[in-house]
Amino acid sequence: MTAKDLSKALNYSISATGNMEGTVTDAYVGDLLSDVMGNASTDSVLITIQAHKNTVAVASLIGCPVIILCNGRSAPADMVEAAESNGITLLETTDTQYKAACRIATLLGSI
Amino acid sequence: MQTIPINTYNSPTVILELIYRLKVKDVMTRSLVSVSRDATMRSVQSLMKHNSITGVPVVAHKRLLGIVSMDDIIQALDNGYIEEPVEKHMSRNLIVLEDDMPVSFAISYFDRYRFHRFPVLNKEKELVGIVTTRDITTRLLWEINHEIESLERSGYSHKTADGLQHEIRTFSVMKHDFENAGYASTEIKKQLKSSGAFPKTIRRAAIASYELEMNIVVHSQGGEIIAEFADDRITITARDSGPGITDIDKAMEAGWSTANEWIRSLGFGAGMGLPNVRSVSDSFAISSDPSGTTVTSTIYFSDREKNTHTIDKNQNEEEPA
Repeated sequence: MTAKDLSKALNYSISATGNMEGTVTDAYVGDLLSDVMGNASTDSVLITIQAHKNTVAVASLIGCPVIILCNGRSAPADMVEAAESNGITLLETTDTQYKAACRIATLLGSI
Repeated sequence: MQTIPINTYNSPTVILELIYRLKVKDVMTRSLVSVSRDATMRSVQSLMKHNSITGVPVVAHKRLLGIVSMDDIIQALDNGYIEEPVEKHMSRNLIVLEDDMPVSFAISYFDRYRFHRFPVLNKEKELVGIVTTRDITTRLLWEINHEIESLERSGYSHKTADGLQHEIRTFSVMKHDFENAGYASTEIKKQLKSSGAFPKTIRRAAIASYELEMNIVVHSQGGEIIAEFADDRITITARDSGPGITDIDKAMEAGWSTANEWIRSLGFGAGMGLPNVRSVSDSFAISSDPSGTTVTSTIYFSDREKNTHTIDKNQNEEEPA
């Protein structure tokens, strides 16, 4: 599905709007960026608590169109700015990573 | 103590440009605390106390009539006229600045006069702000920071070409510079993309260069990333100036890390950096001693990709099946 449809279905708060036509086919949960880098597949939603600009760099390098910050963490201004300039959609939620992952899995038809 | 230690004639060009480009209105404080002419000196004293300021302009219909300074208040207390209206005791002999003047003017005014602040008027002679040395130094430091950042950025990378017409780009990477971390890898990614490499190859190169770049940021005293773009491959070399890896075998083990808590809180230190680099590389080499570590990762383009790469740069979006 597209980043747009996913954002709409999840109804999380949007802190940066990226390329909403980007395709999302998979998701990855991780807070250690090297782990994300090595294991997340392209076109994944990145579900993390790592509210930091470097998360955007990783997502952008491996081609994750959407980042979801869980547990009520909020993105600092420089992270939002980086997301916008890299065309990455940034969502924030009070959901846990498990909950967010379950919801996305349902939406993507993985379970 | 009042003077701003920047001279307005032979400072570095960047600074001169800055103090001529910035106008007084860019540095002044716009939220003014002012009083009318019938206010008492006592009321000014309390305004100063509550707003932590040392000078209050006296204003009628946006026109500046005078200023009551801390000195004026001390005089009033000394001489027993603190309850009298400001009109009788304010300083009238004022030096003012115009909001369109360059900041260099303000700097030389502070050098020339003993005042702690200058009122700022617009073209209509209305009071629009007040400027102190602190306003100027704060804004200048902010601007200088930005200037230096962009100067450093332009020095970050340079291109050279060797005899074989490979393009070589070198990026400086500084210790603990998380702000600019990812710059080298982003540039390498962009370059590969524009030269028509396949997404899979770009991803491998992005992973290798990002991990190597972050290793320099996190673990070293600083170093550089050298990217060599050849027709059939990209070679990424990371070189730092120490302190070296004590046990390379351990460093190559997945999950082993020497990062501290602070680094981990930023999401680094998973112990996956070097293993990730090795797994995306076609050839990988590492050497280390206390004077520095050098890691080289080479990624070859596929045959189809080479063709795409050199012959047709438009048909490059899909990896062959």
